[in-house]
Amino acid sequence: MLRSNPYWLAPLVFCTLLAACGKKEEAPAPAATPAQPPAPEIVTVKIGHVAPLTGGIAHLGKDNENGARLALEEINAAGVSLAGHAVKFELVAEDDQADPKIATTVAQKLIDAKVAGVVGHLNSGTTIPASALYAQAGLPMISGSATNPALTEQGYKQVFRVVGRDDQQGPAVASYLLTQKKPKLVAIVDDATAYGEGLANEVEKAFKTAGVKVLPREKGTDKTTDWKAILTKLKGKRPDVVFYGGMDATGGPLLKQGRELGITAVFAFGDGACTDKMKELAGEPVAEGLICSQAGIPVQAASERFLSAYKRKFNIDPILYAPFTYDATHLLVAAMKKADSADPAKYLPELARIRHEGASGRIEFDDKGDRKDAEMTIFTMKAGKITPLAIIKSNQSMTVDEYVASLKTAAAIDTAKERAVEAGQAAGAALKAAGEAAEGALKSAKESAKEAADKAKAAVGK
Amino acid sequence: MDIFLQQLVNGLTLGSIYALVALGYTMVYGIIQLINFAHGEVVMVGAMVALSAMNALAPLAWPAAAVLGVALVVALAACTAVGWGLERWAYRPLRGAPRLAPLITAIGMSIVLQYLALSIWGRDNLAFPQLFTPRVFELAGARITLLQCLIVGLSVALMAVVSLFVYRSRTGTAMRAAAENPEVAQLMGVDVDRVIALAFMIGAALAAVAGVMIGSYYGIAHYTIGFILGLKAFSAAVLGGIGNVAGAMLGGLLLGLTEALAAGYIGELTDLCRWGVLAPAERCAEAGHFVLFGSNYQDVFAFLVLIGVLVFRPSGLLGERVAERT
Repeated sequence: MLRSNPYWLAPLVFCTLLAACGKKEEAPAPAATPAQPPAPEIVTVKIGHVAPLTGGIAHLGKDNENGARLALEEINAAGVSLAGHAVKFELVAEDDQADPKIATTVAQKLIDAKVAGVVGHLNSGTTIPASALYAQAGLPMISGSATNPALTEQGYKQVFRVVGRDDQQGPAVASYLLTQKKPKLVAIVDDATAYGEGLANEVEKAFKTAGVKVLPREKGTDKTTDWKAILTKLKGKRPDVVFYGGMDATGGPLLKQGRELGITAVFAFGDGACTDKMKELAGEPVAEGLICSQAGIPVQAASERFLSAYKRKFNIDPILYAPFTYDATHLLVAAMKKADSADPAKYLPELARIRHEGASGRIEFDDKGDRKDAEMTIFTMKAGKITPLAIIKSNQSMTVDEYVASLKTAAAIDTAKERAVEAGQAAGAALKAAGEAAEGALKSAKESAKEAADKAKAAVGK
Repeated sequence: MDIFLQQLVNGLTLGSIYALVALGYTMVYGIIQLINFAHGEVVMVGAMVALSAMNALAPLAWPAAAVLGVALVVALAACTAVGWGLERWAYRPLRGAPRLAPLITAIGMSIVLQYLALSIWGRDNLAFPQLFTPRVFELAGARITLLQCLIVGLSVALMAVVSLFVYRSRTGTAMRAAAENPEVAQLMGVDVDRVIALAFMIGAALAAVAGVMIGSYYGIAHYTIGFILGLKAFSAAVLGGIGNVAGAMLGGLLLGLTEALAAGYIGELTDLCRWGVLAPAERCAEAGHFVLFGSNYQDVFAFLVLIGVLVFRPSGLLGERVAERT
């Protein structure tokens, strides 16, 4: 910016000098203060983000918000202009306390604040009621973490998600457990929230389809810390696998108390309890070996560039869904760029048919607004860290190394294709050159023959 | 049978914690007819302070018992200070005001304490340090941890001490006199203000112990843990007859046992397939069970018992019918 100053200042100074010569009285001021050039005015576009920033899962909410914040910072740094105006994006971060009632209040607040798009919410229980308001207002929203199928089954065309659905996550974790642990009897517990119950239902369905016996559902709440009575009851039935649909704040105590009671079953969880915090909440030796699933790819498998940028900005590693809110934010802006407008009605069609390479891989939406061919990942707790075990894509289970290798192969195939095209072009060029050379040779041969003939003629003439 | 025994042990542990907290409610209510809704928050403060103390002591590598001891003392000091402060600055100025005023103040203090804790300890679920490697005893198939034994043992001991104090000591007598009739007690030379402050402080000290127990038992502490716990303990106090020390203990234990047994058995007892009554045949054939009320009704069941007791014995199990004082 500074370096370019002299160049645009020159005509300005020249003009003011001219003016000064013409009208002596008004002279001095403009030249002294290097005023901004008559730049196109900067338009501020607001992007809303909602997640619980207080309560038991505030750490996850903050993680989501950080993802969105990082994306907007990058976008602002790169500079965007829409319809000829430079645009500055501003994040309006709201707290819904993971409470559906507050979620709708906050959603209305964002609509009234005229945000251009919304990233969020975090929980399915808050996203679903809020989505109705956004849809009514015609405001596109992308959730980076709401996995309940009902969200995109409502038929709102403004509603998207960049993460997989529970009805994909449930079968994925169930199929992993079925093949690796071969359970005969399964117990399923949930926290009676839209998320926990929905996920538990999908897992139950998958087990039942496979012919595994499932015990009657046990339920707590999203604030339950005493699971002993339920666990004691389960202990008497001797299940091989206990699945819990709920968050880590309740899942941690559940696991701890289960082991205290001497339940030796495999404990499996959904994405809400698939965090490193489980180690602290359940106690380190106890958490070892738990199985859990996440919709999407593991944080560790997010793009290198995203991971280092996040770490640089916030000085911590992303926890869970930050790559997804990061991608969601980029998606909104990418669609706005394509439509050359921040008007929701104008950029919505672009968003629906977007194709974007994000931190969590390639993103395209199907006609419901779900992410196409979303991956699911199975994790285990190993040495106090959530470690990916397997990635499940289109019902195929593969290890993370295999997945990364498959990505590499895909990339290798791409580059090989490019090389082949290049080689083809080179070969074509060579061929052309050879043809030209041959033509030249022929020409010169003709000429020399002609010359020889002329000489011969002359000789004969003599 | 082993499962039943295990549920009894679970209920007993939970119940003795409820009983300790219920004592705090009942002692205060007995004297000034105030339901101190901030009492649950005092338990939370106890857990949080102990947690901080333990984390602060962690680098010193002291023996576990010493760390626990110091943490307990710090928590006791903090909680009694909070209890005294609540009484001195929130409730004493309202002594003699209509009953609703201190009640609303109590709810207000509960919120104030929660948000103070939020600003000090943050909003994350904090892992409560597990100082002892869990030791487990097998008793007829039930697994009892050392911690459970300690919780029940310590609670019973503390309840005995409080009972002895209230019924045998001079100060305890003064307390009962103040409960009977504050004006007359004052005339007889009892310093009623001091007695009331003391009741708050004893309740808070018991709450501190309960807080450390809750933290160690569940391994988790959070700024909102006091709220539901306070509500349950209050119900326990009402169940036993609020204002009655022995009633609070009985109510606590009973509520804990009811909750554990309800969660453990209500599902099976309301499994219609099992009884063959009104059961949809295809559901039974497919899943083998059709549960009317699952374990998620455990709280409902606990409160049903409470309602039942209040309908048939409005003054609680051990409460005496007292004429309304005006």
